[in-house]
Amino acid sequence: MSGDLLTPLWRAGPMPSFSLAQWSLLISQARQSRLLARLAVRLQDRGEMAAVPEAPRRHLQGALAAAERQRHQVSWELDRLRVALAGLEGPVVLLKGGAYAAAGLPPARGRLFGDLDFMVPRAQLPQVEASLLAGGWAHEPLDPYDDRYYRRWMHELPPFKHVWRHTWLDVHHTITPPTSRYAVDAGALFAAALPVPGLPWVSMLSPCDMVLHGATHLMLDGELPHGLRDLLDLDDLLRHFSAAHPGFWPALAGRAAELGLGPLLMLALRQLARITGTAVPPADAPVFVRLGQPGALAEALLSRVVRPVHPSCDDALTRAARQHWYLRAHLLRMPPAQLAGHLARKAWMRARTRLDRPAETAPQAPE
Amino acid sequence: MSALPSIVPTAPAQIPRQTESLAASLRGEGWRLRTGPFTYRLRSDVPAVLDGLRSLYAGYPGVEPGGFIDFEVEVRRSGGWRRFVRSQARFRFDGTESFEPLPLAQGYAMLEWAMNWCVSTHVNHHLLIHSAVVERGGRALILPAPPGSGKSTLCAALVNRGWRLLSDEIAVVPLAGEGLLPVVRPVSLKNRSIELIAAFEPAARFSRPAHGTSKGTVAHMAAPAAHVARMDEPAPAAWIVFPRWREGAPVSLVPRSRAETLLALARNSFNASTLGEAGFDRMARLVEACECHDFEYSRLDDAMAVFERLAGQP
Repeated sequence: MSGDLLTPLWRAGPMPSFSLAQWSLLISQARQSRLLARLAVRLQDRGEMAAVPEAPRRHLQGALAAAERQRHQVSWELDRLRVALAGLEGPVVLLKGGAYAAAGLPPARGRLFGDLDFMVPRAQLPQVEASLLAGGWAHEPLDPYDDRYYRRWMHELPPFKHVWRHTWLDVHHTITPPTSRYAVDAGALFAAALPVPGLPWVSMLSPCDMVLHGATHLMLDGELPHGLRDLLDLDDLLRHFSAAHPGFWPALAGRAAELGLGPLLMLALRQLARITGTAVPPADAPVFVRLGQPGALAEALLSRVVRPVHPSCDDALTRAARQHWYLRAHLLRMPPAQLAGHLARKAWMRARTRLDRPAETAPQAPE
Repeated sequence: MSALPSIVPTAPAQIPRQTESLAASLRGEGWRLRTGPFTYRLRSDVPAVLDGLRSLYAGYPGVEPGGFIDFEVEVRRSGGWRRFVRSQARFRFDGTESFEPLPLAQGYAMLEWAMNWCVSTHVNHHLLIHSAVVERGGRALILPAPPGSGKSTLCAALVNRGWRLLSDEIAVVPLAGEGLLPVVRPVSLKNRSIELIAAFEPAARFSRPAHGTSKGTVAHMAAPAAHVARMDEPAPAAWIVFPRWREGAPVSLVPRSRAETLLALARNSFNASTLGEAGFDRMARLVEACECHDFEYSRLDDAMAVFERLAGQP
């Protein structure tokens, strides 16, 4: 059996009645896409959990327990971070999952965490790094080239891992690589950042910036192992902010234009319209038209790339689409000459690693 | 690591006609296998995997067509130049590779490890404790222990002396209900334990040993057919015994407090913290229902006598 059973579930409408064989496939696709707990939350909210056969229901309920546990872990991790960064003077802006959890935003429900992301002004990076190292976090062994690459060209430091808790931290100084054609002025993001209720030591991006960050991540990360999850996070944010703030949609379009992220936002919105049916209200559409329309190729590629990374969802073009997307994302991240040098270097390092050290597990710089 | 003596039989399986379909299913749509409460669909083109399954899983129940599959597992031979040089086996779960490949000859050991990993990382509807579980007279004995404590060796010996195998690796404790659920699978033995058990019970059957794994040489002992046949019979726990093998140690069984037992179980649990209060309550209920001991031994025969006495108590 094959076919993408997961993506169609996020449109309005009741859960289809699946056979047990289809449930097996769906659980596998959702588990791989990190959407099992989120699917469980949706079924619960809609009163559909009781209709799920017992065998798959156990997996869904287990995933809810795991997500709940992660929620506790994230708040503990945030608290440890608070202690570690206590001496820091500048702002600390939580990003992505950490911000959703801290602020109790809708995507936090049933979300599984990989790491905790936050952003500080670039000038504070040395102090933050020193505080984290003193607080029990460390970098995994990293090739010197990768380390230099992160520090010189990327919008983040090499990842930190806590030596006892084994939790990961990503420290950013802006939301897109500075070499990118979509480089964003971090000052504008810090200036618009908002306090997080109940956590006076951190802040979060403004609603518009939070959505734009999600969209840039989707478009600029060459590999999207959990692309559907990332899109659904965006969907939750859009629904939540547009319901909470009248004027959110035009504000979003304005901010996208101001930061030069219009095309990336449009591409994400087109995917959401296709997958969840969330769309810009007709009254606000004209301001979005001015942001420009994404190319048909980019749209076609992304539609393939955000399918679950599961063999049952692949067709003859999936592999080519993922490779093309990877290259395209990299061309958006850095100028072609630099990219050619970087990819050649990474290919050489990979080949050398495979020959010399068969069991290397150290993280590598994003390619 | 000592070289293995020829006493270890190498997989002369008594599998009749099923062989053909096992090989074909493994390479094609997948071989559907049930071990107690968990169902797997296994796919592989690695000879060691076919070999291991043939010799150790002959009497296992399948999954009816259209039945639910908990875990999709693949062990595949690497493509490209790896097909010819230092061939490797790769493990894929839910269609995705998440671990480093291993040498091809370790394919079956990898599969066994992977099947445990599926349960220990992806099951959160039962309380799971890292331990061996055997049963006698309708009462289960839990042997929790970190690797290296001789838990699997002891488990293999007990299984050959009248105790029924529930699991050599994971105690599956349903949150509601009393009985531990069997997940009868082959018993994993390492290094000297392999020859020890082969000598202890000459009738025991083993998979072909995989040498040079991260844990040394690994071989799996077949679960007795009668135990496989009873994989749907839970057993309530009566004893929790923490085993420790120590060279030359006289056998000793000393009581351990329930409080300390609870703490040690929590350390050995895969998911007690995930299950939160429900997990803690279930663990406490488990400990309250059991006699708890620390156990030290060096000779298997002495150990058998101690557990024989334990089982004989009312």
